[in-house]
Amino acid sequence: MLGVRLYMLQRLTALIMAPLVMGHIAVMIYAVQGGLSASEILGRTQGSLLWAVFYGTFAVAVALHAAIGLRTIIHETMGLGRSSLAVLTSALFVVLAGMGLYAVYAVTA
Amino acid sequence: MKSHRNHPLWFAFALHRASGLLLALFLPAHFWVLSYALNDAAALDGFLEWTDYTVVKIAEFGLVFLLAVHMFGGLRLMALEWLPWSPHQKTYAAGAVAASFCLSTLFFLSAV
Amino acid sequence: MTDLPPDTAPLRVSVWRGAKAGAFETFDVPMQESQTVLDLVAWIQQNADPTLAYRYACRVGMCGSCAMMVNGVPRWTCRTHVSKVMRGGTVQVAPLRNLPVIKDLAVDMDPFFDKWTEAGGAFFPTKSRADAVEPILPETPARQEADAAIECINCAVCYAACDVVSANPDYLGPAALNRAWSLVNDVKDGALDARLTAVSGAGGCHNCHSQQGCVAHCPNELNPTASIAGLKRATVRAALRGKS
Repeated sequence: MLGVRLYMLQRLTALIMAPLVMGHIAVMIYAVQGGLSASEILGRTQGSLLWAVFYGTFAVAVALHAAIGLRTIIHETMGLGRSSLAVLTSALFVVLAGMGLYAVYAVTA
Repeated sequence: MKSHRNHPLWFAFALHRASGLLLALFLPAHFWVLSYALNDAAALDGFLEWTDYTVVKIAEFGLVFLLAVHMFGGLRLMALEWLPWSPHQKTYAAGAVAASFCLSTLFFLSAV
Repeated sequence: MTDLPPDTAPLRVSVWRGAKAGAFETFDVPMQESQTVLDLVAWIQQNADPTLAYRYACRVGMCGSCAMMVNGVPRWTCRTHVSKVMRGGTVQVAPLRNLPVIKDLAVDMDPFFDKWTEAGGAFFPTKSRADAVEPILPETPARQEADAAIECINCAVCYAACDVVSANPDYLGPAALNRAWSLVNDVKDGALDARLTAVSGAGGCHNCHSQQGCVAHCPNELNPTASIAGLKRATVRAALRGKS
């Protein structure tokens, strides 16, 4: 049950995330060499406004995108009604964005 | 398997849906582990030590593949919707899978 | 049709009997050259069981009445050769998917045509008989889009192939949205904004996942997915202009 506004939001967040995903995968390929450690990751991210903006944008976009995607799956598999879906989509967004922004704060503060 | 689904672009849809769902389920765990960095870097290191195991590296390879295939597959869908129609939809879907496999293999080779 | 040699084994044809609840019943049908799936069904009704219900009219792929599930795939049965679809001497024929079964192979097409109307499938003229005939230039991009979508015979094969229809009962479906797209591109039509609103609701074009089952199975080789993509673009542009 996707109207034009949620459709636009889903495509907009996808477009925003495409370069972020590319960047994220590039960082992972670079960072995973020689094993992962907290000090290495935090050394890169802590106090960096650039990484805070990069991953902050990513976290908000993915929370919106995942909430809308899960809404579609839940509607098509469980047939929930319009108002339950609206509540569910908002709740998923709030939880994912909250957890995501907190994680970004944790690694960049 | 219902016969009416037996065509490549239905499989591309199924892969896009499965990868999106799995990524959405992984996301809270990913955020939760990272949030340990704030007060308990030792606990974060404890989690990161798991990534030394080969089986975890294979799981990471899977996650990178899911992320890449969801992105490339999504770009394919947006191109389908917003660019002039192309008759090469099956080729693009196969290309998305191939590119994702290359990227995730590159990640795996860096990890081992 | 000519008979094959008398020692040719008959075809085992399983046919759905009943309504929503029912079961497959198997008939042995003599094989003939150039036999279509509709020929099999007609043979059963004429020679084995006159109570078998099915629907057809033109028998030449124009009217769109005879679509059924053949071995799990939606097809126009009058233009489907048995030799192309039989598996080891058997063929399974069932009523179209995603529509309520009335009896045996006949489905209720009302939801399909109701959605056709709901998607703004009716033409709204902008001129009266007093006006001069509007010249339509075949080479304009809009006319070519309309021409590509206009050959639909409303057989509901795409509707039966679509998993979004089965998952989301409100979804208007490929045929209705394809019809809406042909009218969006018709310069003679005067209901553009109303139509874009009609295809933007809870069951509108934005629910399409581009699985392209409609494209894979359309007997007229139309491309409803491309039409629906066109509606997605048109409705987004309208929304950005503040019109929906």
